[in-house]
Amino acid sequence: MFLLFVFNIKYELRLVPEGSTETQTGSSCAAAHAQSRSRQLPVEFEVVVAEMTVKLGVTMKRLLYRNCFKLTHCRYSTSVHQDSVLSAFRTICGEDGVSLGQAVREQHGKDESVHRCRPPDVVVFPRSVEEVSALAKLCHSHHLPIIPFGTGTGLEGGVSAVKGGVCFSLRNMEQVVDLHQEDFDVTVEPGVTRKGLNSYLRDTGLWFPVDPGADASLCGMAATSASGTNAVRYGTMRENVLNLEVVLADGSILHTAGRGRRPRKTAAGYNLTNLFVGSEGTLGVITKTTLRLYGLPEAVVSAVCSFSSVQDAVDSTVQILQAGVPIARIEFLDDVMMEACNRFSGLSYPVSPTLFLEFHGSQQGLEEQVHTAEEITQSNRGSDFQWAQDTQSRERLWKARHDAWYAAQALRPGCKAYSTDVCVPVSRLPQIIVETKEDLIENRLTGPIAGHVGDGNFHCLLVVDPNDTEELQRLHLFTDRLARRALALDGTCTGEHGVGLGKRALLCEEVGPVAMRLMQGLKKTLDPGNLMNPGKVLQLETE
Amino acid sequence: MSGRVLVGVKRVIDYAVKIRVKPDNSGVVTDGVKHSMNPFCEIAVEEAVKLKEKKLVKEVVAVSCGPQQVQETIRTALAMGADRGIHVEVSGKDYESLGPLQVSKIMAALAKKEEAQLLILGKQAIDDDCNQTGQMTAALLDWPQGTFASEVTVEGEKLKVVREIDGGLETIKINLPAVLTADLRLNTPRYATLPNIMKAKKKKITQVKPSDLGVDLTSRLQVLRVDEPPQRQAGVKVETVDDLVSKLRECGRI
Repeated sequence: MFLLFVFNIKYELRLVPEGSTETQTGSSCAAAHAQSRSRQLPVEFEVVVAEMTVKLGVTMKRLLYRNCFKLTHCRYSTSVHQDSVLSAFRTICGEDGVSLGQAVREQHGKDESVHRCRPPDVVVFPRSVEEVSALAKLCHSHHLPIIPFGTGTGLEGGVSAVKGGVCFSLRNMEQVVDLHQEDFDVTVEPGVTRKGLNSYLRDTGLWFPVDPGADASLCGMAATSASGTNAVRYGTMRENVLNLEVVLADGSILHTAGRGRRPRKTAAGYNLTNLFVGSEGTLGVITKTTLRLYGLPEAVVSAVCSFSSVQDAVDSTVQILQAGVPIARIEFLDDVMMEACNRFSGLSYPVSPTLFLEFHGSQQGLEEQVHTAEEITQSNRGSDFQWAQDTQSRERLWKARHDAWYAAQALRPGCKAYSTDVCVPVSRLPQIIVETKEDLIENRLTGPIAGHVGDGNFHCLLVVDPNDTEELQRLHLFTDRLARRALALDGTCTGEHGVGLGKRALLCEEVGPVAMRLMQGLKKTLDPGNLMNPGKVLQLETE
Repeated sequence: MSGRVLVGVKRVIDYAVKIRVKPDNSGVVTDGVKHSMNPFCEIAVEEAVKLKEKKLVKEVVAVSCGPQQVQETIRTALAMGADRGIHVEVSGKDYESLGPLQVSKIMAALAKKEEAQLLILGKQAIDDDCNQTGQMTAALLDWPQGTFASEVTVEGEKLKVVREIDGGLETIKINLPAVLTADLRLNTPRYATLPNIMKAKKKKITQVKPSDLGVDLTSRLQVLRVDEPPQRQAGVKVETVDDLVSKLRECGRI
């Protein structure tokens, strides 16, 4: 049986002064609510917290859902109840550690996706795992949803508080806890971002290579199983998280590989670490992650090469990988994207499918790598193979790739950009890209393509007018078709961005009913009250 | 020009750390806090190493003044490509009161002793923001100075230096030997790689005492008190223009 959630009112949360509440029964609540909507006034009333009333509350909620177009807001709580929860939060996090301010809540209710802002009821700022655990225990006993928040740079609406609740903003936990240079591992708290960590490590000769576009929280990256442009050589978060400290829905503190443990490999028990990597906050709050580090490359060479067809570009990629070249980055930009980049950055690349390559290694090793790659591109009718080693020239060569996101948006000023994220086996890439481009043209959508072709992952950077509902509809249908196309080619609907709000149905199609049942079962075991980031990854049972 | 370059590097609290003032207001908390090379010193080292890579200088020597820990900073400079290091031992009270005047006397003495052709420093340290050491050293040596350098080109026995100044850029030509101080846009410092860090362990760091250089470390300055900047007060929201006007009258602004 689900218990009540704390909803927030359209206006600010107000604490009802003592003695001014009215006791109402469940049925007249709906009437009062209807009245309130018409008068646009907030209504607060006391509810005796007993089983029966609670059940009534749930029925009430369902009625409301069915009868309202928008998620209406109605607060079911006693003023004392509200007071006691808030003051308990303040006792744990300090006076400054709890915010009800509208701006703060809105800031914590959205990320960098196109999903609209769904603010939580309150934002708390814990400073330690003990505080997170105490807060979680409190939320657990009051049945309040918990939404973990790192940097808010996700792309799938993962921090939207669809059921209201308490946002745990973890930015004050920002220590690099434990660096072991000889062992190539480090443990960080959620407030540490990937660029922050690499800056911290700059004197050690080590770095953490996973580099999604944003300067994201590393624990957030673990939660979404993030990946970057050099996954082809260094892997994604799945391969690089050794251990996690997680606070579960009931407040227990879990160390997925055992407290403080950081062997490079292990065969001990179920792989709990990778259960939580990619769980997007639905199984627990990640408060520490132990990461595998790598040595900084001695030298770097970047190269660019144009092709007359997507097939040729992808064939080159496959052959480069098969030749054993430990290529660090191999990025693909289609002709539409190249045109956009030329216009945006004033460049003069040939407007055709282009590969951007980056090689890491020692001076001698690099010469061999570049030579092999060049030969392969030439055998696939590649032209204009240019390469450079010094930083300035490398940046100049790769400028198009770096500015891709902005160049795409500049194609239609005033529009919003949405990125798709499918991933297929590399050999299927030419087919899916060709079909996708045809689909884009047929449906009059602007969608330059940029991809991590070494992983078979590509992004359509769709630029749409947010006020054009017809275009948005076409976009929605297109992305569904694209995801299904990828699934039909043995791929996945999301290579890097996660499931979040928008891909829950696709997840069911992708993994199938047996896996879905298992996922639902795991969720029920770890979070029977569905308090952990409800509405993400797995569909709510009420839907 | 094919001589020796001296680069001064300072060990400071890392730029990413949140600084806290000691409870007795005598200074900031440094125990257990991450320290690293001053960012402008990194740029100075990078410039020196670039000159060596272009074969315009023969040897890059990294210098730092302080207690045992500054050897870490010198090692970082060695890992970036400096050839050897000089550790000027200053510790305890002397280190606490070490400032630009004493450091510039030390640098001047070392520049003479090592027969350096060029001395490159960061334009300022991020802990004291003094922006004095380079200029004082040049004065003590009676050498020309190219400060706030954003671009340096060797032209025979002279240096062409583009300086960042208020209102734009100034280009000057100075004779060698000279003192340069590095500004932000001079270059982007390289990261030390593991193989270079390994190699750096084998490079030599010589220890020197200030007294060996004939330098008196007495400070002419005494720090009386260190305080945090005043807390920013919260603003007040008003509902109407009349409210705003009356509030402004209240606090005597109009």
